[in-house]
Amino acid sequence: MPTDHDRSNIDIAHLRAQHRLMWRIRALEQAALRGLDDKVVLGAIHPSIGQEAVAAGVVGSLRADDILLSTHRGHGHTLAKGASSEAMLRELLGRVGGNCGGKGGSMHIADFRVGMLGANGVVGANIVIAAGAAHAIKLKGEDKVVCCIFGDGAINRGPFLEGLNWAAVFKLPVLFVCEDNGFAATTRTSSMTAGGGPAVRARAIGLPAEEVDGNDILAVEATARAMIAAVRAGEGPRFLHAKTYRLTGHTGVDTAPYRPADELAARRKEEPILRAADLLRAAGVPESEILADQSVAEAEMDAAYRAAFDAPFPGPEEAFRDVQDIGDPAEGAF
Amino acid sequence: MARISYMEAARSALAEEMRRDRLVWAVGEDLGRGGVFGQYKGLVEEFGPERISDAPISEAAILGASVGAAMMGTRPVVEMRFSDFALCAVDELVNQAAKARFMFGGQTRVPMVVREPIGMWRSSAAQHSQSLESWYAHIPGLVVACPSTPADNKGLLKSAIRCDDPVVYMEHKNLWPLEGEVPDGEHLVPFGVARTVREGRDITIVSWSAQVHVCERAAETLAGQGIGVDLIDLRTLWPWDRAAVLASASRTGRLLIAHEAVQVGGFGAEIAATVAETLGVKVRRLGAPRAPIGYAPPVEDAVRITEAMTVAAVRDMLGR
Repeated sequence: MPTDHDRSNIDIAHLRAQHRLMWRIRALEQAALRGLDDKVVLGAIHPSIGQEAVAAGVVGSLRADDILLSTHRGHGHTLAKGASSEAMLRELLGRVGGNCGGKGGSMHIADFRVGMLGANGVVGANIVIAAGAAHAIKLKGEDKVVCCIFGDGAINRGPFLEGLNWAAVFKLPVLFVCEDNGFAATTRTSSMTAGGGPAVRARAIGLPAEEVDGNDILAVEATARAMIAAVRAGEGPRFLHAKTYRLTGHTGVDTAPYRPADELAARRKEEPILRAADLLRAAGVPESEILADQSVAEAEMDAAYRAAFDAPFPGPEEAFRDVQDIGDPAEGAF
Repeated sequence: MARISYMEAARSALAEEMRRDRLVWAVGEDLGRGGVFGQYKGLVEEFGPERISDAPISEAAILGASVGAAMMGTRPVVEMRFSDFALCAVDELVNQAAKARFMFGGQTRVPMVVREPIGMWRSSAAQHSQSLESWYAHIPGLVVACPSTPADNKGLLKSAIRCDDPVVYMEHKNLWPLEGEVPDGEHLVPFGVARTVREGRDITIVSWSAQVHVCERAAETLAGQGIGVDLIDLRTLWPWDRAAVLASASRTGRLLIAHEAVQVGGFGAEIAATVAETLGVKVRRLGAPRAPIGYAPPVEDAVRITEAMTVAAVRDMLGR
């Protein structure tokens, strides 16, 4: 794993900002889980609690006009790309003012204004779409980069092969990120995956690939930055395998009885926000400021949650809007 | 008016649209050498390999990448070679292309044309012969076009390329060499407007794609027997021209729908049900048996809807 970033000369102000961002992601997802308890988040929620360093480190290293495609477990990526927390919570509650007007929910959250082209309810489906977004960038002669994040389960789907090959053949500006949390839904990915893993597969297709400790914000960010620079310089696609760990179940209602309690306890000690806080502490940042990052994030998400809770649902006419320009969706029905 | 083939009509439609809009590009296997049927011949010389792009045999990537490229503002024309092969990219078409505009709350459009040649083509057997248009007519968000003539193949393809929503564009492989008159200059055929092939007062026949020509020959035979057929070429299945079909069926009082696709769950059922519910007139369908298409000519021909079958169905409906 690359350790060439200099830990003796950490940019504390930047690390502090990343610590805040990771807390915002976690607090957003805690608010979403509260919405499940309150029975106002009605659909499935796939939390990324414990995986925040990938969102902050990778997506935080993109330019504002770069493009992002994410997964069903994509709240953190979306927030890191610049989506509004209130719009996201409104979307999760299916309310007016949500990023998609309440019509997508958690699994289809998208914010095109910030270059976020969508989460996806189908594992691996975003890989070929990302290759195509990069294809358009190349056709138009722009210098944007596409970042495509998917889970470890996705590497067993066909679009993984097809999308990586496409990006390599056409030498497209895309960074593929495998956010490996160890589980494909509720099955250990290692038990269902042959061969040497994501990076080995990517290299076999011709993409330079690196593995990184996905809970180490400094390592993730240093590696992502170098890869994004190479992609932007026209060197073709790159592949980042970030190893992290999912601290929750597959969905908000999955208690994950399929893993031993001591495993979870051990992994809790290695989670990325604690590790970032340790670095801040070691650099002399006062405890009160470290705690303030958490409380400020929680206050933001509490307010966003209340606003979402109070927002109205979209009307039934939305069922027929944005289906397509021609033809009447209601024609011949009822 | 120029007399050109169904294939040449499509080629000139694409070339005209690519000249008009530099964001239009085509992608698929073998396009650089003219496409599997020659329908892209000469285009790479004019537009270059970036805009007439070859692709790996990678249907999910061809279609999925085009979804991404369309959401980023380009207008891809996607070649799938055979509608049968496009089944390798059903997620990309049905879950992604067709849904993106709606599920993202109108933040994006997916302006792409998915060319999926359909139909029986001598001894092409079970995986190169299917007519799957009803599958896509079932999917909200998709436009489905099935041109039957050179003029329509030009005018509908141009409309498809200008459409801001995904269009499943189904050319019939047996029609590539068919010649016909195509209007000079800008020729656009709107979606959802049927073509009246011939007028008659005894029965309405609705069809599309290559089957229209079979129905036309049957109508000619029936005319010789004193039976007048109002023959309607639907041209697009979604949107479909309900008004034209209902108007004709209410005049004639009888409706036959003929299509090459399997009858069970075919689009003929939708038309029959609509007309029966609305007008209560006598309806009948003529579609293929629910059997895969065989290789040997007698086996292949056994599932074909013929002119004789069409004539017999009409005579039976009329009690003559």
